[in-house]
Amino acid sequence: MDWIDVGLVALRVVVIFGLLQVVTILLIWFERKVVADMQNRIGPDRAGPWGILQTVADGLKLFFKEQVTPRKVEFGLYLAAPMLAAVPAFLMFMVVPFGRPVRINLGGEDRLIPIQGADLNVGLLYVLAMSSVAVYAVVLAGWSSGSKYPLLGGVRATAQAISYEAAMGLSLVPVVLFTGSLRLSEIVASQSGSLTFFGQVLSLPAWNVFVLAPSFLIFFIAAVAETNRAPFDLVEAEQEIVGGFHTEYSGLRFALFFLAEYINIFTMSGLAVTLFLGGWSGPTWDGTLPLVVSAVLPTVWFLLKVTVFLFMYVWLRATLPRLRYDQLMTLGWKRLIPASLVWLFFIGGAMAVRQFGLPWG
Amino acid sequence: MGPVEAFLRGMAVTGRQFIATITGRGLVTTPYPKVMREKPQRFHGRHVLNRYEDGMEKCIGCELCAGACPARCIYVRGADNPADDPVSPGERYGFVYEINMLRCIFCGLCVEACPTEAITHTQLFEMSTTNRADAIFTKDELLVDGDGQPNHMFETDRFADLAELAKADGWMRATAPQGRASYEGLVAWSGSAGVGVRPPERGQSGLPDEDEEASEGADG
Ligand code: SF4
Ligand code: SF4
Repeated sequence: MDWIDVGLVALRVVVIFGLLQVVTILLIWFERKVVADMQNRIGPDRAGPWGILQTVADGLKLFFKEQVTPRKVEFGLYLAAPMLAAVPAFLMFMVVPFGRPVRINLGGEDRLIPIQGADLNVGLLYVLAMSSVAVYAVVLAGWSSGSKYPLLGGVRATAQAISYEAAMGLSLVPVVLFTGSLRLSEIVASQSGSLTFFGQVLSLPAWNVFVLAPSFLIFFIAAVAETNRAPFDLVEAEQEIVGGFHTEYSGLRFALFFLAEYINIFTMSGLAVTLFLGGWSGPTWDGTLPLVVSAVLPTVWFLLKVTVFLFMYVWLRATLPRLRYDQLMTLGWKRLIPASLVWLFFIGGAMAVRQFGLPWG
Repeated sequence: MGPVEAFLRGMAVTGRQFIATITGRGLVTTPYPKVMREKPQRFHGRHVLNRYEDGMEKCIGCELCAGACPARCIYVRGADNPADDPVSPGERYGFVYEINMLRCIFCGLCVEACPTEAITHTQLFEMSTTNRADAIFTKDELLVDGDGQPNHMFETDRFADLAELAKADGWMRATAPQGRASYEGLVAWSGSAGVGVRPPERGQSGLPDEDEEASEGADG
């Protein structure tokens, strides 16, 4: 570890920081455009080509808005909550590998630079931890606002996050069992090549989704619930509790919540791709293409796969009505958690059989 | 229908509409104001006060419109026509005529009440103002000029579509004055400055002629 390594880490952090903001800008535009299409509307079309700069305009507007502080707020926490939402959102993406590690000669030394913020050996746990921290932002925002709607939103967030975090955690255990690692880069690496099924090589990529489809389904549902998106947006629920936890926020503080929400969507989609769809893996035609293209292609694959999920998020939002609270709880505790437990049991058994053979054999 | 099937069918609906919109078939909105929709013939938009073909004002200052107005937003003062230079063919003419567009509900009762077809709706609805006083349209703004050209308060405004203001008597032409379908297609209105006697429209019923006669016979 010398100063070049430190510099590289700093560079990656800055790049990801910028990337996530650009992604947010594009994602909000994308969502509005796709929802508009699904409702036979045009959507934003004034700012820039196809209205692509609409979010920039909205962001600038929020910049100049007054940050109204209601009289009854608990000021310290009220101030901390938006940051508590935004910071874990940025941190969470840091462990997601979004490109193939590149090997460059720097400072007289060959260095393998991972295209991700930090290649933690407990990456998956870290992600779960960060997503739990993000819930505090919502709860604290709701509580410190000193008004009833945010409080209701905060209370809902608590229950919802706990229920769905359990399901999400359980849905990830089979992935860990199957790939034998919590390190996201290793999970991606284990999904390269072709799928082998009982010794037969199939013409399918070795993505976890083909083996662990139920986990994938549960993870995706739980991810939608974790990010408080429709149809699980009870925390915000404009029609019932006028925006929930962010009712009393305005200006830049409100923008931070918004930013966090969209980064979380992007991160969750990135995680789904990393864990189940092979991450950045895909054909790169090494040797036949220029070096730079081959180095960038994995990132392109990653972004393409993520876009599929982002589209799903928007599609769900445009289609489904919000769940009732008891339906939310029923789905979480009575469907997803038992299903993931049964599946976990099954996968655990299968893994044991693969490793030790049948107990009677 | 189970929840999963219901879910899939719902997703199919939005998916279908998405495809329809991006292929350009499903779109129902227009990028207003770049593209303005054709409005219905009898659209209740901003009012105008019309003139006869010889340039005389149609309004005779009878205040029937003011009396009919449920929003009480018309203010009319009649005055005797000067004998040497009459403004309207009648005995009196509308000396003061004001409509408060902030109160108007665009019900069209003034148009129906008017005995001389002096006040009519147009198809223009873009008339937002930056202060309340501007929303009170006076006779200067309402009255068309000698060639039947309507006035617009904001001539330079990008929304000032004079062509829409000129479509002034759709209601009149589409319905018979007595409201009976059998009068449809009969010209029962006076000509207006600039456009002359506008032709009748086949209005709401579109009855063939025999039916019209038959229904008249039954009435008689
Ligand atoms: S349209 Fe109705 S409300 Fe408006 S001025 Fe005429 S009668 Fe009054
Ligand atoms: S507009 Fe018609 S109803 Fe109103 S005062 Fe003039 S003539 Fe009478």
